[in-house]
Amino acid sequence: MNAVNPLMSFVHRRRRGAELFLLVLSLFVGVGAYAAVGLGVEGTIPADIVGYGGWLTVLCVICHIVVRIFAPYADPVLLPIVAALNGIGLAIIHRIDLANLANNEDANTYARDQLLWMTLGVILFIAVLVIIRDHRRLQAFTYISGFAAVFLLILPLLPFLGTTINGARIWINIGPFSFQPGEVAKVCLVIFFAGYLVLHRDALALAGRRFAGIDFPRGRDLGPILAMWLVSLGVLVFQRDLGSSLLFFGLFLVMLYVATERPGWLVVGSALFIAGSYVGFLLFSHVQSRVDSWIAPFPSDAGSYQIVQGMFGMAWGGLVGRGLGLGDPTLIPFSYSDFIVAAIGEELGLTGVMAIIVLYGLIVERGLRTALVCRDAFGKLVATGLAVVFALQVFVVIGGVTKLIPLTGLTTPFMSYGGSSLVANWAIIALLLRISDHARRPLPEMPGSNDDDDATQVVMLR
Amino acid sequence: MNKPIRTMSIACMALFIALLVNATYLQYLQADELNSRNDNKRVRDAEFSRERGAILVHDISVAESVPVDDEFEYQRVYRSPLKYAHLTGYYSYTYGRNAVELTQNDILSGSDPRLFVNRVVDLFGNSQPEGGDVSLTIDPKAQSAAYDGLRDLGDNVEGSVVALDPSTGAILAMVSSPTYDPNKLSSHKLNAIQEAWERQQGDPARPMLNRGIQEVYPPGSTFKLVTAAAALSSGQYNPGSTVPGGTRLDLPQTDTDLVNDSGGDCGGDKISLTEALAVSCNVSFGYLGMELGADTLREQAEKFGFGERYFEDLNGQVASRFPEAPDEPQTALSAIGQFDVASTPLQMAMVTAGIANGGSVMKPYLVDEVRSPDLDVLDKASPEAFREAVSSSVASDLTQMMIEVVERGTATTAQIPGMKVAGKTGTAQSSPDRPPYAWFVSFAPADDPQVAVAVLVEDAGVARDAISGSGLAAPIAKRVMEAVMSR
Repeated sequence: MNAVNPLMSFVHRRRRGAELFLLVLSLFVGVGAYAAVGLGVEGTIPADIVGYGGWLTVLCVICHIVVRIFAPYADPVLLPIVAALNGIGLAIIHRIDLANLANNEDANTYARDQLLWMTLGVILFIAVLVIIRDHRRLQAFTYISGFAAVFLLILPLLPFLGTTINGARIWINIGPFSFQPGEVAKVCLVIFFAGYLVLHRDALALAGRRFAGIDFPRGRDLGPILAMWLVSLGVLVFQRDLGSSLLFFGLFLVMLYVATERPGWLVVGSALFIAGSYVGFLLFSHVQSRVDSWIAPFPSDAGSYQIVQGMFGMAWGGLVGRGLGLGDPTLIPFSYSDFIVAAIGEELGLTGVMAIIVLYGLIVERGLRTALVCRDAFGKLVATGLAVVFALQVFVVIGGVTKLIPLTGLTTPFMSYGGSSLVANWAIIALLLRISDHARRPLPEMPGSNDDDDATQVVMLR
Repeated sequence: MNKPIRTMSIACMALFIALLVNATYLQYLQADELNSRNDNKRVRDAEFSRERGAILVHDISVAESVPVDDEFEYQRVYRSPLKYAHLTGYYSYTYGRNAVELTQNDILSGSDPRLFVNRVVDLFGNSQPEGGDVSLTIDPKAQSAAYDGLRDLGDNVEGSVVALDPSTGAILAMVSSPTYDPNKLSSHKLNAIQEAWERQQGDPARPMLNRGIQEVYPPGSTFKLVTAAAALSSGQYNPGSTVPGGTRLDLPQTDTDLVNDSGGDCGGDKISLTEALAVSCNVSFGYLGMELGADTLREQAEKFGFGERYFEDLNGQVASRFPEAPDEPQTALSAIGQFDVASTPLQMAMVTAGIANGGSVMKPYLVDEVRSPDLDVLDKASPEAFREAVSSSVASDLTQMMIEVVERGTATTAQIPGMKVAGKTGTAQSSPDRPPYAWFVSFAPADDPQVAVAVLVEDAGVARDAISGSGLAAPIAKRVMEAVMSR
């Protein structure tokens, strides 16, 4: 790691005012979208706009105050972006609720639950910022995190807990709630990988045998992490959760590369990925059907119905969209969860989709920026891991919906209906804020640190 | 560690750029293609809930969209559904569109480029785009006469009437029977639509078939007009030329002879060409066919439009045909409209109209005007010459011969007091187990033709010996001609 030269490091400003300003803009977007849905569907601004808007405002303001107190130097852009995404997501889910209610008075509604989950997410966000005052403490929980991740991933396979929904066994039922432990496992795995790699990265990078032009590390260095990774990947394959398998594989590869600074890992990893994908394609019929619907979605059949409807919706939206409440997003199966981007494409058009993609891009950019300015290796790795996992997730889900890559089920962060995903992503943002607060905080004044002053240099004379 | 993090930043940026580019492709470049797919329910729904233009006949709407209080907001309603079914077609949520609803869909739905300015105005005015109107060339009196004429033979009569304005090619009447109710296919009750559709499809009489253009029948003796045209055009014959008559023609290479209808005599062993047409002498025309040869007959038929599809305003036109390579006896049979000669009623109407129009066949059309929702005329059909079938002198010879047919020949039933009518009957055998086809083609007034008609009665459910062109078909043609002349 590069030693930070105090001369070169400038002091970051806190920028909390900027955050507040952006947050107000985000609230305008979120509450405005909610009002627009009411106008589009029912012709009037919904009656509960005050309650809803107030609730959203309170959540955002609380977040802001907590950040102000507990992470004053944290990145000012992350929280407003998340608030905007969450607000738009809520408005779209509410819009789909209204359409479902119009068809069937007893239809399930999701917006209220989603707002509750968001509240829970904000509580967790606060808890993370308040409890974890220094992210380096997390390094102590490296192996606990690792085991927790595996445990969480195995949970849905347990016969009395797990349920299979839409072909993937990735949910558990606790009382009336269903929960996707994989979302939380994602965070745990990042911490585990980061903690392990910080300790072993030199050994991984330097000690080892050279074979076929590539330096392979020793088994004892690579063993534990490889085992943990294989277990999680195996579990996911067993659960038929393609999206998460892809995500964890990519995460592992990138963190290994960043820790060891050896691009060879990317080459080896990509080769493994291609081979693994091909084997998966040959072995599993559900992988084949996904690829088939990707290559030839028309004529739309049972396999490609969803993706074709999503494409129709987005094409129907065109450049500027039909307007909130004026499209037909209920024609797309799961437009409130995995396919929420298609619903946005239909009602807000290419403009809206691009705005959403750019917002996600900004989150990743702020995450990676945090990793760059972070002073400790563990923080760098955690921030990189969280940002990359976020980027991959957005790419896999939006790319799948827009038929850039074969469709694999993953949630759209902060927008899809789904409590586990929302809560986990709020925690990810809290962790990023914590690391960035640490990274941007001015170095504490230490005796002898201003050693550029020759006049005060202490010289030992004996 | 910063170098790999920077590398990852660029990689992530590449991922997001790929997403942006792909979204642009999907929502901008590929959007038109996706929006035009038939299985795209959104586009169909939107089109359904739009005010669709009307189909007009002399400014009276035969198909229009009326506001209703359901999810589609507008319901397509067909006034006089049975009479106009094969012209308007249907506009069905489940089964798509047909006829003018299909061929003029762009105008009716409002997506035609000619309505672009309206669409832009709608966009800024935030109002739903409206469709334009389509006005047909149909003469409502002629259409009614044709429809009633056919239906008077019985509700289950199978047949068709096509009437043209010979000088323009405008279709004045086009009726096909049995017919169907397009309202039943265009309702918003999806179960009812399906039921109606399956009933129509299962009906052996095929009520949804437009017999005027979508099916070919042996034209029988009406095809003798084509043979006569070929004979006159060859220069070897004139109306007074003598041709063999009598009771039978020996067909070479076979044991059978060609006989006249009901085995009669043509009025002498040598008769004039005019006489041969007046009594519809099979012997004479079979002889002419063999003398002229199949190629000459085919060329003449093609000049009238056989072997081609030229009618664009309705979908599904079938080309009429003259056999590829008939041998001599087959040529003789073809010359009298038997063997493998087959024609749509529209095609026989065009043969008649071509003769009426001095030999020049006009391209038939059904759509007269298309109008914007504000009733501005966007496009008006201009008559187009299709082909020069015969010279004007041959045409006038043929006209004279056809007048004889009506005045003293086989078609006296088509006479209109105070007016010269030119016509030709036909009774075509197809197979022994089904009744013959009764045909009649005519135009009037013969000296200044205003209307040319072709009538086909495929099956009227009457006794076999009661079927004849003059008995069944000519009175209908007469009604249609009278209707046109009375305007």
